[in-house]
Amino acid sequence: MKALFQLYIQQFKTTFATMFQYRASLIIWMIGQVLEPLVYLIVWSTVSNSNGGNIGSYNTGAFVSYFIILMLVNQVTYTWVMFDYEYRIRQGFLSFALLKPVHPIHADIADNLMSKAITLPILTVIAVILALSFHASLTLTSWRIILFIPGLLLAFGIRFLLEWTLAQAAFWTTRVSAINQIYFFFLLFLSGQIAPLSILPSAIQITAKILPFYWMMGFPTELLLGKVTLASALFGIGVQAVWLTIAVWLVRVVWRLGVRAYAAVGQ
Amino acid sequence: MNYFRLLRVFFRVNVAGELAYRINFFINLFQSVLGLGMSLAGFAIIFSFTTTLGGWRPEEILALVGVYVMIGGIIRFAIQPGMEQLIQSVRDGTFDFTLTKPEDAQLLAGISRIGIWEIINICLGFSLLVIALVRIGGRIGGLQAVEFLAMLLTGSVIIYSFFLILTTLAFWWVRVENILVIFQSMYDAGRWPVSLYPGWLRYGLTFVVPVAFATTIPVEALTNRLNWVTLLTAFVLAIALFIASRMFWKLGLKHYSGTSA
Repeated sequence: MKALFQLYIQQFKTTFATMFQYRASLIIWMIGQVLEPLVYLIVWSTVSNSNGGNIGSYNTGAFVSYFIILMLVNQVTYTWVMFDYEYRIRQGFLSFALLKPVHPIHADIADNLMSKAITLPILTVIAVILALSFHASLTLTSWRIILFIPGLLLAFGIRFLLEWTLAQAAFWTTRVSAINQIYFFFLLFLSGQIAPLSILPSAIQITAKILPFYWMMGFPTELLLGKVTLASALFGIGVQAVWLTIAVWLVRVVWRLGVRAYAAVGQ
Repeated sequence: MNYFRLLRVFFRVNVAGELAYRINFFINLFQSVLGLGMSLAGFAIIFSFTTTLGGWRPEEILALVGVYVMIGGIIRFAIQPGMEQLIQSVRDGTFDFTLTKPEDAQLLAGISRIGIWEIINICLGFSLLVIALVRIGGRIGGLQAVEFLAMLLTGSVIIYSFFLILTTLAFWWVRVENILVIFQSMYDAGRWPVSLYPGWLRYGLTFVVPVAFATTIPVEALTNRLNWVTLLTAFVLAIALFIASRMFWKLGLKHYSGTSA
C-alpha cells in the first residue's frame, strides 16, 4: 500500500513536470476541448431561438448551461490512453511497465488525475466566462450538488476503465484508429455530446441508457442541470455503480488475455 | 514542365509506398464513411427541429458540409503531410538534402509527401456537394458558380500560406509539430456557417486561423450571400498572404543551420 502511494506521488510529479514542459501543447489541446462543446452550444441556441425559445424541456438558457456543464464533465472524464497504447506496444514501452511489480493502470490513473488537477481550474474559469457571456440559466439545489459529486466520480471511473479496456485492443491489432473511431461515433450520439439525450428520439435514449454511454457524460450533466428527478438520480447512481463493477471486471479479464497475447516488440 | 514531371514522380512514389498495404484502402474507406456519417447524422438531428439555421436552408448547410469534407481532404492530401515532413526534417537535419537539390526547396517540400487515402474524402465531399447543388438547383446562376470556384481557389491559397507560415516557424523553434494541430481543432468549427458564431469567434476563424475562407465563404458565394467587399478582401488577402509566406519562408531559410550529425 505504501509502495503504491509512493508510485502515485512520483507519477504526479512526473506528469506535472511534463505538462509544465509542454505548455504550448496544453493550450492547443484545451482549445479543442472548449471549441467542440462551444460550437454545439451555439448551434443549439440558434435552433432553440428560431423555435420560439425552447425545444422539449430545454429553453435556450438550459442549452447553454447543458453544454458548459458537459464541457466540464468531459474534461473530468476523458482519457487519452486509447491513442497512446498502440504506441507503447509498438515501441516496446509496455515491456518495461510489465517488469514493475504494480499493475500499469496505476501509472495511468495517477497521470490522469494530475493532468486534470492542472487543467480543471483553467477550464472552470473559461466555463464561468462562457456562462456569463452566453447567459446560461442554472438554478442549483443542494441535493443536486451533493449527488452530482458521486455521479461525476462514477462517470469518470466508468469511462476511464472502459476506455482503458478498449485500449487493450492494441494487443491484437494495429488498426486501433478504426476501432477508436467506431467508439467515438457511439460516444458522440449516445453520451449526450451532440445534443441532450432527452430531446433525441426515444429509440436513441433507450439505447444510450442500456449501454454505458449516457452514464459516462450525459447523466451527471443532466443531474446538475435539474433535468433528473431525485428518484431517478438515485436510480442512476445505482446504474453507474453496476457499470463500474462491470468495468472493473472487464479490465481485469481483458488485461489478463491481452498480456497472454502480447508478443514483446522493441529493444 | 519540370515541375509536372517531379509531381508525377513523387505521386507515383507515394502511391507505390501505400499500395504495399492494400488493406489500408478499406480501413480508410471505412473511417471516411464513418466520419461523413457523423457529420450527416448531426446535420439530420439539428434539422429535425428546425427548417433554417441562422437563415441557412438545409441543402445550403449540406453544401457547406460537402465543402468542409472536400477541403479538409485536400488539406490532408496535399498540404499537411508535406508540412509535417518538413518540420520533421528540419528537426533531424535531413532538410540539408532537400536544400542540395536543384529545385526550389519550398516546392519540393510541398510535393514530396502526399496523403493518398484522402482522395476518398475528397470524392465523398465532392459527391455530397453535387447532391446539395442538385437540391439547391435553379437558384445558382452562372456568376455564383464562377464566384464559388474563385473563392475555393483563394481559400486554398490562404490555407496553404497559413500552413507555410506556421511550418516556417520550425526554423526558429524546431519543436513545432503540435502547431498544426491548432488548425485541426479550429477547422471542425467550419462545419457550420461562421455567421452563427459571436464576433470574437467569427473574427478568430476568419483572420487568425482562416477557416472561414475555405468553408463558409465559398458556400456564401454559391448561395448569393457574398458582397463584393468580402470577395475582394479574399482575393487581396490570398495574394498578400502568398507573397508574405514566401518572404517569410526565405527569411526562415536564411536562419536555418543544419542540425544533422
